[in-house]
Amino acid sequence: MRKTALECVHRLAQHDKRVLFIGSDLGHGVLDKMKNELPDQFFMEGVSEQYIIGMAAGLAMEGFIPYVNTIATFLTRRCYEQVAVDLCMHDLPVRLIANGGGGVYAPLGPTHLAIEDIAIMRALPNMAVVAPCDADEMNRLMMSTLEWPHPIYIRLARGGDPIVSKDDLGFELGKSIKMKDGADGLFVTTGVMTQLALEAADVLKAKGVDVGVLHVHTIKPFDIGGVISAIESVKAVVTVEEHIVNGGLGSAVLESCSELRPELLPKISRIGIPDKFATEYGSQSSLLKHWGITSDNLVVAMMKKLGG
Amino acid sequence: MADKKLDARSKKLRNIVVDALKSNGGGHIGSSMSTIEILRVLYDSILKFDASLPSLPNRDRFILSKGHGCLALYSVLADKQFFPVEELQTFCKPTSKFGGHPERGKVPGVEASTGALGHGLPIGVGIALALRMKESESRVFVLTGDGEINEGSNWEALMAAAKHKLSNLTVLVDYNKVQSYGRTSDVLDLEPLVDKLRSFGFVTEEVDGHDVDALELIFKKLPFKNDSPSAVVCHTVKGMGLPFAEGNSEWHHKSGLTELDFQNMYEIFS
Repeated sequence: MRKTALECVHRLAQHDKRVLFIGSDLGHGVLDKMKNELPDQFFMEGVSEQYIIGMAAGLAMEGFIPYVNTIATFLTRRCYEQVAVDLCMHDLPVRLIANGGGGVYAPLGPTHLAIEDIAIMRALPNMAVVAPCDADEMNRLMMSTLEWPHPIYIRLARGGDPIVSKDDLGFELGKSIKMKDGADGLFVTTGVMTQLALEAADVLKAKGVDVGVLHVHTIKPFDIGGVISAIESVKAVVTVEEHIVNGGLGSAVLESCSELRPELLPKISRIGIPDKFATEYGSQSSLLKHWGITSDNLVVAMMKKLGG
Repeated sequence: MADKKLDARSKKLRNIVVDALKSNGGGHIGSSMSTIEILRVLYDSILKFDASLPSLPNRDRFILSKGHGCLALYSVLADKQFFPVEELQTFCKPTSKFGGHPERGKVPGVEASTGALGHGLPIGVGIALALRMKESESRVFVLTGDGEINEGSNWEALMAAAKHKLSNLTVLVDYNKVQSYGRTSDVLDLEPLVDKLRSFGFVTEEVDGHDVDALELIFKKLPFKNDSPSAVVCHTVKGMGLPFAEGNSEWHHKSGLTELDFQNMYEIFS
């Protein structure tokens, strides 16, 4: 997914001189091809995220479209004021490509785990927050970023994730995608939790329970109409995110329903990362298990919500 | 006293600051008074701009990174007719363009919204890079405070500006040696500031920040070198022109000013 994202930046840059790539201190050889082919559009600026966000803002003020890439925690926690003031207050078209959303960097510990990035980015006026589910969708997203006139936070997953998105379902920033229809229940998901929910939906189907999956790749601007419309037609809803349970997708769903359709609230439950920093290392999948974000738990949560 | 140095124009610009302050009852007085001559010389003799077309592509870009000193910038911009001076009577009123920190898109001539410290210089580096890529001859000037450069983001940006050899970028430091809590030497000593800036790759000069002729002379030499960014450390006096405020951290920001306070200030600048 990251490789796809960066290759897309290269492709965009080939056709549009306004497109710039800015890294901090990324792995050796990252985007070497672009660096060699378009050296004036490639920047590697060092471990200095506060400066980099300001620099990107300055470039955007002059008409450029910078794509900034580094590890998600450093792109959010480290330079939050710069993102808020320089990018969002000025409402500039800078794109933040954040490596390792959720538990991707499990072995590196909690300093590297972006567990609250969606919540804090979502809190900022003008910022769009997007978490694609696979490399194909990343490709569609990146191609649609060029003319979006506001800042965008793009949350990357580990990479190599199974391809579940489909070209014929299209992609539009701010529009959720129904990945699977279901008459009984609905998983509302973002990022690679969409794959997990599709897996759980298959298990439920074998049990005779018909559950759909609504993939909300864009958490902000939130597709209030699409989400509420999908929720109102089923008996139970479970939101699933690889993100702290407060402030992310589940919160966005509850907030929207609370404001517009409070009668829908009782049928919704949330699955996400508990409200604490990770206490284990291991792998992304072992951390997800530790956090209770598994296909089995999705099935249990849905059955419980359906009264089963 | 230091105010003997102030000529009629410097007093006039300070009077505009006092007028605006009066409408709000307070503001960052000391922080504004120290920058008046720097701004005056920039806008009188150095910067390319058209006040009637503040977004003209070939303008020079000036960023007041120490956004709390905005009253001085508002005064000079009004004097240069970016907007009618009377508008400053709305300073900090609910629907005013003119807040306690300057905002891009609201105040004609303001390039970046500043106030949170340590933002102007990184933005200035980005603009300078952009201008160079666009083969523009426009230049970028960033005025920072001294307390402001406690923020690490400035030093990240200084390193980057030197790496990119941004000769179209000049950093001006309003070195009044007093920050909000007290003397910079006590709170977080910047010395040896000039050596530090030079070691970060900036060709750096010092000047009396209230000596209009000296400022003009040194600014006209910019850039000091064709393949390096430039810095000018401007030695200034916090609250310059107001004897009771000079060098006094209590006047960094002052609220609850009385009619008597304003009478005193008007008399001094009359």
